Amino acid sequence: MGFTPDIAAIRFGEGLAPGIDPATSVDAVLGQLRGPDLAAQQFPIPKLAELQGEFAEISRLQRAARRGRNGPDVEELTKSYKQARRGLNLRLQGALMPVLSRSITTAQPFRERLTRFWADHFTAVGRNNLTRNAGPSYIEQSIRPHIAGRFTDMLKAVMTSPMMLDYLDQSTSIGPNSRAAKGRRGLNENLARELLELHTLGVGGAYTQTDVRQLAELLTGMSTEISSGFVFRPKFVEPGAETVLGQSYGGGPPAIEDVMAFLDDLAQHPDTVRHIARKLAVHFTSDAPDEGMIANMADAYSSTGGDLMAVYDAMLRHPFAWASFGQKVKQPVDFVVSAMRVLEIPPASLHKLNRSKRLAYVTGPMAAMGQQWHRPGGPDGWPEGAEAWVTPPGLAARIQWAMAAPSAFFRSLPDPRDFVSSALGSVADEKVKFAARAAETRREGVGLILASPAFQRR
Amino acid sequence: MSDALSRRGFLLRASALGCSAAASPFMTPMTFAQARGDNRLVVIILRGAMDGLDAVRPIGDRLLRQYRPGLGMSLDSSTIDLDGYFALHPALTDLMPLWKQGELAAAHAVSTPYRDKRSHFDGQDLLEAGTGTDVDGPQVRDGWLNRMLQVLPGAGSETAFAIGRSEMKLVSGRAPVSSWSPDGRLDMSPQARLLLEEVYHDDPLFQVASMDAIAIAENLGLASDNSFGMSGRDMRAAVKTANAAGDASVLAGFAARRLNEEARIAAFSLGGWDTHRAQTRGISRALGSLQDAILTLKRELGPRWGKTAVVAVTEFGRTARENGTRGTDHGTGGAMILAGGAIRGGRVFGDWPGLEEVALYARRDLMPTSDVRSYIAWLMRGLYGLEKSTLGTVVFPGLQLGRDPGLLA
Repeated sequence: MGFTPDIAAIRFGEGLAPGIDPATSVDAVLGQLRGPDLAAQQFPIPKLAELQGEFAEISRLQRAARRGRNGPDVEELTKSYKQARRGLNLRLQGALMPVLSRSITTAQPFRERLTRFWADHFTAVGRNNLTRNAGPSYIEQSIRPHIAGRFTDMLKAVMTSPMMLDYLDQSTSIGPNSRAAKGRRGLNENLARELLELHTLGVGGAYTQTDVRQLAELLTGMSTEISSGFVFRPKFVEPGAETVLGQSYGGGPPAIEDVMAFLDDLAQHPDTVRHIARKLAVHFTSDAPDEGMIANMADAYSSTGGDLMAVYDAMLRHPFAWASFGQKVKQPVDFVVSAMRVLEIPPASLHKLNRSKRLAYVTGPMAAMGQQWHRPGGPDGWPEGAEAWVTPPGLAARIQWAMAAPSAFFRSLPDPRDFVSSALGSVADEKVKFAARAAETRREGVGLILASPAFQRR
Repeated sequence: MSDALSRRGFLLRASALGCSAAASPFMTPMTFAQARGDNRLVVIILRGAMDGLDAVRPIGDRLLRQYRPGLGMSLDSSTIDLDGYFALHPALTDLMPLWKQGELAAAHAVSTPYRDKRSHFDGQDLLEAGTGTDVDGPQVRDGWLNRMLQVLPGAGSETAFAIGRSEMKLVSGRAPVSSWSPDGRLDMSPQARLLLEEVYHDDPLFQVASMDAIAIAENLGLASDNSFGMSGRDMRAAVKTANAAGDASVLAGFAARRLNEEARIAAFSLGGWDTHRAQTRGISRALGSLQDAILTLKRELGPRWGKTAVVAVTEFGRTARENGTRGTDHGTGGAMILAGGAIRGGRVFGDWPGLEEVALYARRDLMPTSDVRSYIAWLMRGLYGLEKSTLGTVVFPGLQLGRDPGLLA
């Protein structure tokens, strides 16, 4: 099996949609990544940096409330702080809507898929009152602009994002011999370890506990501040050079360039190249991907210094990318957005959903399917294997949603006999076509099609 | 296909089968076997690496306070002395009555064979695989709890329940295991159910999962013929149930209800243990959940608690010294918590290696002196009479069980 537009839309996009023409060639799929980011323009999400001023303002209100807690204005102060915080959180939670709307309507769906892939690769969850729901803003700033660029640039953007530095405890890690330590504070090796294990070399990579420790020392100074976001704090920096993966970094006056030099080297490390190539291959093609395809992708990475377009190109031009169709199961968010896309749920009706309806129709069911919105269990992100998702409770939740949710958005659903071809095109099998004909109601017919392996797989 | 699958032919075949048990891999004859005895085993996986030195504190060693000046290790009125050497974390206060009744114990300085890389994810994989580090990929695919079921006489598909929304590698393997989340439901017309069986028929992954889901939901009264249209009260109720589905008390309550019926073994996970920063706050919350789970099990199991062993295990321990941010980093040796009326409690098991720097693993972590698997194996031997040779080959390949620690009352 080679390239077909339907497979391209299902495997490397957000699925079929009646009103959107699928890409007709590999070039067209790659072309979705070139030129302006139309979906981001149409459905804007604030970047983390754009929220920083508001974060600062809210924490100022919080401090004022705390200072005035015994004074006459205590109620007023507390109220304005709580109002501001609540307003922010409601707005950030509302970012679910542009995220879904992009996937449902875009003609550049490969962008959305890659954005989710890389956001998962660089999983970070907000850890304080202000950033708790800022996941989409982190992605908008540090991930999305780099998905078709160089891996090094994305890596640097992530490692200087306050979101990641807080999530993996880097912001308060201090060189034990630095000026700020004063014999009391010191290192936290969380980010150093996950940077090597998850983000670059992979757990099988050639690093030791000593590398983790040296890297933790090298990363000191990479910190955050509520008003400005990222900040490099020379006072935190462990004095002296650090040897990581056999190379020495730093040794002069504290400088962020030492960290950047290390990240440049790390991005080109052969273990990183293999890890990234394999991870992309696993995500997009198969839980047991073709080694030849991975080798091509790794070669493309190495020969271009980590140009991700070249890596995607190598993947999409390998026959395995098409021959392995059906081996992956959609993750819950992928399932839900692809269903909404083929149902043509209008963004306007999504935007009308209040908080409790969002929970009932979208995020609650996704959690029951095993994927809580922007809350993966750990920095390793969501699991890839089909077995991790198609469990009795996970599948029951998918079936339950497929049967019940579509009718929440429409008074009348499409005729299942038509819907089977809009949802599955040329990949519809006889059994699902039969179910579409034999169902007793439209609601169950549509539900059966969405719950079918043909729709759940890609 | 078109001949075999005309609407008429389909309906005829469907009615001949009815909701026949024969069609479901879940309803094998083994389901009705009754040779499991009365003993119950609950396995709780503590994901994220519980700090054993904080949960069960060796306060008798003054080095503990030296290593951890910022982690609240001081001796004061809040200290819950266990045996003059170890003390319980204050967040576990409500478990003290169990300790006094001999229903709570710990094993200290334990670990899996996992060493050095200190990755949560590899560490958890090895903990659930129950193998040594010398075993390659494919063999690690099934989990030790599943392999125990494979050799447990009379075990059926309802003997063991894995509870929660995320995958438990611990129970994966060829022995049938029920897995379900407390908020799970399945509502659809009989016709839709039959069609769904057809749609899944040729896809083994979906077929098995859906058959199990249908059988479990029906068995537990969580299925109906009418799918609710997602409006009004049902919707709000579903959201409420879903929000609580991951709570420790909800998971444990669901486990207890299963154990009060057919099930003899239950497993679920609790998270929140990765305390790199501000550990005193983080671990109190996580230990509070563990305490909730244990107390819920005791309350809900009633008289069956007397025949129950609860074992809580984690992927590895944490550094002996506090790090620079009032937390601890990934370590090696740690502790496991044991509870239940079947446990010979009121004691801390294990060979205590001490905290002197030379006694630490890599001069940073508590030295593991026993294998977490050997305690679990001895539990299985005591609860289910499994042979040592089976435990050391099939369930935990290559494990030397060592001497019997006498975990059971």
